[in-house]
Amino acid sequence: MEPRHKILILDDETAWLEVNREILSQLPSKPEIRTVSAGTRAVALLDTEPFRLLVCDLKMPKMDGLQVLAIVRRRFPELRTVVLTALEDEEFRSRAYALGVDLFWLKTDIQQNPKMFMDCVESLLGRDLETGFRGIQNKSLIDIIQMECLSRSSTVLRITRGPLVAKVWLLDGELIDAEAEGARGEMAFQRILAWKSGTFENLSAEPDRERTILKPVGALLLESAQSIDEKAGTTGPESVEEADHRKTIWKLSLVAREGAEFVVASSAEGQNEVEALGTQYGGQLAGWTRRVTEVAKQLGDRIEAGPLLYVAGNSLERQVLLLPRDGKSYLVAWPPDASTDQLFEKTKKLVASWDS
Amino acid sequence: MGFLRRLFRSRAAVQQLPAGSLTVNRDGKVVTSTIGSGYPEGLLREIVRDVMLLFRQARDAQMPLAEFSIHFASLRITAREMRGGAVIFLSPRTVPTLPSQSDL
Repeated sequence: MEPRHKILILDDETAWLEVNREILSQLPSKPEIRTVSAGTRAVALLDTEPFRLLVCDLKMPKMDGLQVLAIVRRRFPELRTVVLTALEDEEFRSRAYALGVDLFWLKTDIQQNPKMFMDCVESLLGRDLETGFRGIQNKSLIDIIQMECLSRSSTVLRITRGPLVAKVWLLDGELIDAEAEGARGEMAFQRILAWKSGTFENLSAEPDRERTILKPVGALLLESAQSIDEKAGTTGPESVEEADHRKTIWKLSLVAREGAEFVVASSAEGQNEVEALGTQYGGQLAGWTRRVTEVAKQLGDRIEAGPLLYVAGNSLERQVLLLPRDGKSYLVAWPPDASTDQLFEKTKKLVASWDS
Repeated sequence: MGFLRRLFRSRAAVQQLPAGSLTVNRDGKVVTSTIGSGYPEGLLREIVRDVMLLFRQARDAQMPLAEFSIHFASLRITAREMRGGAVIFLSPRTVPTLPSQSDL
C-alpha cells in the first residue's frame, strides 16, 4: 500500500486553515493534512518531517509568504508549493512563479471552483520527479535509439538538453549522421549519448542527408557504454589522467568555438575547486565571483526579489557574465563587441556544454 | 462558502519591489531618487551599499566595471559607475521569468 502524502498548510487565519483542511481532506489520495499559522513554524516542521506539498498564504505578519517560499525553494527543492492568497495583484503572481511555485490560486477562485483547485492539487501530489527523456519515461537515449533502429525507422531525432540541441539522423534503421555542440559524426553521437536527461522529438526523415557515420550503431553504442563505465571509475589512475586531458582539450575548443575570452568555474564553497581556461588569474577571479554571488544572493533575499539568475557587467576591455548553476559559479568573459542581447543565452549554452 | 468573504481582511502588506532610479555620490549618499517614498529607506540603503561594494570588489579583482546589472527573477538592478558614484536603476519584472529547465 502506498504511503499517504503529507500536505502542510500555512496561513495566519485559523478559519482559512480549517477551510483548507476541509477541502484538501476530500482529495482522492486522502493525504495527511497538517496546518501551521506562522512561517517560522512551517520551516521548522518541514525540517523535521517529509512533506509532499506546501500550501502557503502570502500576506502574513513577521515572515510573509514570499520569504517562506524563498527559504523553502532553497532548502527543500523537491517540495511542491501552492500559493493561496487573497492578493489580486499580478506583481505577486509574477514573484511567486519566479520563486518556482507550482500553482498560484486566489482564495476567491476556490470559492467559485473548488473542484478545479482539488484536481490541480491532486495532480501535483501524484507527479513524480521526471527522469530519462520526456516522452518515454525512464528510458535512456540508448534505449530510444535502439528502438528506432530495430523498427527500421527513417527519422531525425531532435534532442534537447537545456540550451543544447542535437540531432541524430536515422535512415532505414541505420545511423547515418549526428550533430551536437559543434561536432559532427561519431564524435557528436558520443557526446549526445553522454547526456543523461532531456527531451526529444521525431522530425521528418531526411533521406538526402550526407552519411558521415559508417560504423554500425550497435558498435557505437557498445563503445559509448564502455566509455560510461570508464567514467564511473573502473579505470586506473593513468586513464583518469588521460580522461582529464581529453576533457580539457574539449573545453578549450568549446571556449574558442563559442568566441569567449575566458571561463572561470568555481564551486560555491570549496575554495580550492577552481577551473580556469583562458586566464592566468583564475584564483583571483574565482574569489571575486564567489563574493559577488554571495552579496547578490543575500541582497535578493533581503529585498525579496527572488532567486539570482545572473550578473552581467561590462568595461572597455570585455563583457562578463556570472552565472550561478548547480552549486557552482561560472564567470564567462566575452569580447566587448559581442551582442549584449544574446550574452545570457550564449553563456547558458556554454556552461551547459562545459558540464555535460 | 459565502462566509469566505469575511476572511479577506486587510493585514500587513507584503513588501513591494522598488521601481525607479537613484543617483549616489562617491560616499554612497543618495543624491536624487525617483523611488516611491513608501519603499523602506533601510532596504534602499542596503541596495546602495551593495552596489557600491560590488564596484569596489570588481576594482580590487582587477576587473573594473563601468556598468553591471544583477538579474533576479523579479527585479533587475542596473548600476552605472559615475565619477566614483553611481546611477542605479531598479526595474521590477512584471512578466514572470520562470526558471527554465536549463536554469535548474
